[in-house]
Amino acid sequence: MRERYGLNDPLWKRYFIWISGFVRGNFGESFEYKREVDELIWDRIAFTLIISVGSLIFTYVVAIPLGIYSATHQYKWSDHFLTFLSFVGMSIPAFLLALSLMVFAFDIFGVPLFGLFSAYYEGAPWTWGKLGDLFKHLWIPVIVVGINGTASLMRIMRGNLLDVLGQPFVQTARAKGLKEIVVVGKHAVRIAINPLISILGMSLPGILSGSAIVSIVLGLPTVGPILLRSLLNEDIYLAGTLIMMLSLLLVIGNLLADIALAWVDPRIRYE
Amino acid sequence: MELTIETAEEIEDAGAPWTDGGQLSYRQLIWRRFRKNRMGVIAGALLLLFYILAIGADFFAPYHYNEINMRLRHVPPQRLHFSLSVGFYVHGLKSVRNPESLELEFTKDMTQWYPVEFFFKDADGKRHLFSSAGPMFLLGTDRMGRDLLSRIMYGARVSMTLGLVGVLLSIVLGSILGTISGYWGGWVDNLIQRIIEILSAFPDIPLWMALGAALPPGWSSIQIYFGITIILSIIRWGGLARQVRGKVLAYRESDFVMAARAAGAGHWHIITKHLLPGCYSHIIVIATLAIPGMILGETALSFLGLGIRPPMTSWGVLLEEAQRVTVLLHYPWLIFPAVPVLVVVIAFNFLGDALRDAADPYSD
Repeated sequence: MRERYGLNDPLWKRYFIWISGFVRGNFGESFEYKREVDELIWDRIAFTLIISVGSLIFTYVVAIPLGIYSATHQYKWSDHFLTFLSFVGMSIPAFLLALSLMVFAFDIFGVPLFGLFSAYYEGAPWTWGKLGDLFKHLWIPVIVVGINGTASLMRIMRGNLLDVLGQPFVQTARAKGLKEIVVVGKHAVRIAINPLISILGMSLPGILSGSAIVSIVLGLPTVGPILLRSLLNEDIYLAGTLIMMLSLLLVIGNLLADIALAWVDPRIRYE
Repeated sequence: MELTIETAEEIEDAGAPWTDGGQLSYRQLIWRRFRKNRMGVIAGALLLLFYILAIGADFFAPYHYNEINMRLRHVPPQRLHFSLSVGFYVHGLKSVRNPESLELEFTKDMTQWYPVEFFFKDADGKRHLFSSAGPMFLLGTDRMGRDLLSRIMYGARVSMTLGLVGVLLSIVLGSILGTISGYWGGWVDNLIQRIIEILSAFPDIPLWMALGAALPPGWSSIQIYFGITIILSIIRWGGLARQVRGKVLAYRESDFVMAARAAGAGHWHIITKHLLPGCYSHIIVIATLAIPGMILGETALSFLGLGIRPPMTSWGVLLEEAQRVTVLLHYPWLIFPAVPVLVVVIAFNFLGDALRDAADPYSD
């Protein structure tokens, strides 16, 4: 038995065997499921990606307008309210939000919002109906995962825009007699939005982590629950592969964010 | 130095308008600006109160956190009543078996009442700020009949100190490596920066989960506590090291450091006397803003059963019981430990924000 799993080899050799297999797409066999790891993970990674990308879009679509509103109404009642809301949003742990939302939904609809599909579509092949069903369930995890990022991004957008609005060129634009909406929309926001794109890469770890833990609470078929299970059962090949995959997703995401930044801001060039 | 402090206070005492900032030390300036931020001061006071409650939990909590009452499981929160003749009191409990679920359910027993006694002396001769001779569970009990209020107070000890200790660790690690990186530059700088980049490429919660699961099951509570602390600070020192490096890089070429070097000061002297003091305010602000992340990390880990392990208790451990919706629907008070988590994290965020504004020399 020890011979078969190579447990007599030194640590570095065992690691090397695993990592060289990993590169070639051979992730090893799950002890618990008695199946190849790569059979288990791909659709879970796909769902993780769907939820993460969804939350990312939600975060930016909600945070940027709110940040702009907050900055243009600085120290007004609505700005204070949004500031307080964003602090709460930053502070509430994602799993708690998921839990309370689930209890809340159970109270109202009387059905638990568990998983990503209704029971009817659970094992069914992919159809338009199933896709629609997926979207019906998707919005809760997307919002829950996105809330933390939305709150902090809103603060950053507000701060950036306030910095930009204090600059001379904005004053010039106002002095020219441009409408306020043009000054803010065409001149200020375009500058203030740039740092947000570089933050895109930094917000990815939070979103991937968030989706992992929210999925555990909501029972979604993503990487999170299976990772927890594999860790508790010491199913190391599965756990190792999953963490490796999540890190890989992150690195790719960072790369894409960098490319997006260079594309949007012509001042940034790598030699 | 003494002189400037005195003059500053004399000015304040005399009620004269404070105009010249040059007479105050940097620290006093920060304190002055901080005091003006009402939210920051409230948050700071609140956190101080929480820490006092946590440290003195033996005295402030009505019961010991592991006092098990198997006959009083899942008791709902009891109402506190007040009457002029006896002061505060709670009614006794009557248990009725639910004919459908076959579970014991508790209702008020109007015939019994137990006054709340202050400086109550329990069976072991220990004093409590308030407790009662009868069952008094102001926030209800858990599945083993333990008082939730007491458990939250004791849990604060772990949850609130873990963030502090973890941040302390990352401060030490981050400042040392950040200074080395910025001061010496070259390949050392390159190496440290690459390590930080690799560390920040991990999604934190999955990595914490993996490391938490790797802690040996035979460890004692204290060992687990420090294990979790180290795990939490492993990722977080990178950001701090970056900031310190940036500051050190900026100061390294400045005139006062050049002057010190020309005067023959050694590396150690320059670093500890000239470079690090310039980073203190920065470090404190970053540290304050990092604490809530650690508290949330511990809560999340313990919530998943990979963090602090019973019998030790923390807010995450308490929330673990509230994990399932069915449980929550029957015993909604089990979610209550989420309230202190939220309050403490929000307070730390406000405090850090206020400190950042206060430490920023351009904020006036």
